[in-house]
Amino acid sequence: MPRHLSEAALVALLAGLLTVPILGIQIQVEGINVSLEGEPWPVVLAMVAVFVARLLQIPLKAISSLVHITHRLSLPTHLPKAYFLGLLALAIIAAAIWPFTASRGSVDIATLALIYVMLGLGLNVVVGFAGLLDLGYVAFYAVGAYGYALLSMHFGLSFWECLPLCVIMAAMTGCLLGFPVLRLRGDYLAIVTLGFGEIIRLLLNNLDELTGGPDGIGNIPKPTLFGLEFARRPSIEGGTTFHQFFGLDYSGADTVIFLYLVALVMTLFILYVINRLIRMPVGRAWEALREDEIACRSLGLNPTTIKLSAFGFGASTAGFAGAFFAARQGFINPESFTFIESAIVLAIVVLGGMGSQIGVILAAIALTALPEMARQFAEYRMLIFGLVLVLMMIWRPQGLLPATRPRLELPVRKEGPS
Amino acid sequence: MLEFSQQIINGLTLGSIYALIAIGYTMVYGIIGMINFAHGEIYMISAYIGLITITALTVQFGVENVPLILLFTLAVSILITSAYGWTIERVAYRPLRGSPRLIPLISAIGMSIFLQNYVQIGQGARDLSMQPLISGGWRFGPEDGFQVYLSYMQVLIAVVTVIFMTALTLFIARSRLGRACRACSQDLTMTNLLGIDTNRVISLTFVLGAALAAVAGVLISLYIGKINPFIGFEAGIKAFTAAVLGGIGSIPGAMLGGVILGLAESFASAYLLTEYKDVVAFSLLVLVLLFRPTGLLGKPEIEKV
Repeated sequence: MPRHLSEAALVALLAGLLTVPILGIQIQVEGINVSLEGEPWPVVLAMVAVFVARLLQIPLKAISSLVHITHRLSLPTHLPKAYFLGLLALAIIAAAIWPFTASRGSVDIATLALIYVMLGLGLNVVVGFAGLLDLGYVAFYAVGAYGYALLSMHFGLSFWECLPLCVIMAAMTGCLLGFPVLRLRGDYLAIVTLGFGEIIRLLLNNLDELTGGPDGIGNIPKPTLFGLEFARRPSIEGGTTFHQFFGLDYSGADTVIFLYLVALVMTLFILYVINRLIRMPVGRAWEALREDEIACRSLGLNPTTIKLSAFGFGASTAGFAGAFFAARQGFINPESFTFIESAIVLAIVVLGGMGSQIGVILAAIALTALPEMARQFAEYRMLIFGLVLVLMMIWRPQGLLPATRPRLELPVRKEGPS
Repeated sequence: MLEFSQQIINGLTLGSIYALIAIGYTMVYGIIGMINFAHGEIYMISAYIGLITITALTVQFGVENVPLILLFTLAVSILITSAYGWTIERVAYRPLRGSPRLIPLISAIGMSIFLQNYVQIGQGARDLSMQPLISGGWRFGPEDGFQVYLSYMQVLIAVVTVIFMTALTLFIARSRLGRACRACSQDLTMTNLLGIDTNRVISLTFVLGAALAAVAGVLISLYIGKINPFIGFEAGIKAFTAAVLGGIGSIPGAMLGGVILGLAESFASAYLLTEYKDVVAFSLLVLVLLFRPTGLLGKPEIEKV
């Protein structure tokens, strides 16, 4: 034990050395005068935290080896089909009824969560199923959002007319980028997509005449229900709004609930499409390619086409979600499409478990709902987020709810993340 | 012609900084084959440490000897930043040794986000600026026309960069540990079998990379005089571009790539539009990866089954 103590003390000392210049000394700038101000408490706190964490590491390891069984824990997948469908229907009905009982604020957050669910599901196809790391996913999201904003601004098209167009545009962008770069190996691909995401953001920022530059585009119309607007007064002369048509009193909450329901329907649609696709040959090919590209090639599958289909599909999902995002916000600017957004969506996929759809959905809800609940810690949100990514990779790289799929393995295997 | 040489001067200055950072990427990639995404953040941290040390020396202690300030700042910054590099490897990458490629990359992204926000909490998100420590320079050219301006700071950047690059090259080529580094980049397992502590070599790689990034950070905080917690991300991607451009895994390649990228960017902002210099840099990255993934000086990688 004394050895552990002295080791922990050493680690704490190192933590002290590292944190003193960043947390312990602050630069104060007043006019042209620069001065330094010492603040010992954060450093002491960091040292104590590191000391305790280091001491707890050994008992924690012992505990985690005891509960090793949880590694294989996942949702029961062998439910009878009727039972499963019933459960699914129940969940959908609950999700559809819920907004009428909840507060306006929480419905709004839930809508945001659904956008992230869509993005997560789309990226899950690219990263989880096809095994292609895409760090510029937000670019396609931006294409969808700007696509809708520009089409409605210049051509007066409605949300429902734009939606398929946005999907096509995003898919085409995905294929255009994907075609040359998909030959690259995993981590090169990640960096190229990252660079591409940045190029798109820089272009949005600088093509002032087209995109409005840093100011973005405002007054984006909201979706309508078969032509019925959700507004106090119709925006076009002679139009009817939702509350006039049904003879209700105008309520701002209607819009919020309607947007939530639209997002829910869109999410279910994406979920349905993905679940059909992964049972089709192309979906099987995605997974096969992730497992072993060389084996795939020798079986006569064309890796480029398969990768391209996954990439294009992921991009189109992002475009789909992007169009809805623009409609919900009513205002977009390049600030919404930074790298951090890509990182959040990637974190959703990784935390949920690559390839596991239920895990991705839960992770998306958790990652959007938790920061809203812990508002007083808003400053630390991204700090914790980064830390969680690192710790997850160390302790549970397969995600919280890893995908289980039938597999045949030799019983004796080297210990390690698969 | 004069404007052209001005752009060459600016480009070389910028390129030196990129080259210093790029070496960290290329050495780590050469040995363990991972992209150390948090490397840009190391550079950002060193810029902060540099700024704090300089402020402490000049304002708090009233030191006025510029070479002394410079040497002391470099030493402090290299020391602490190397400790950061070592710690990051220990905490975020070593436990992941031997896992699939994407796992350490995601961990590195997490680390990068963590460090960025950690500095933001400690020092605030606003721009910090400082009085230039070294000002002035030489002017060439006609009195009434376009004059080429070469500041003392630019000369200093070039000189310091050359000194550190030479030191690194000698270290890698001549010393025992340098030989171990080269062996590790050829075959990690085999080197381990031959009795070299590869974990120590990998740690050393991170420390060396961080030390050079520290030099870059101190120089940039003296040159530009304006830093914020987000400078690491952009500089990181650009330095990575430089590393890829020169051929990832090759140290001379990283130097060459940095200089080429710096020149390209400086010409782009002079002859195209300033706003598009980043677009040019990223496009260069995409193009290089497409047409010559091995880079200018890199060796082709043979896929083993």
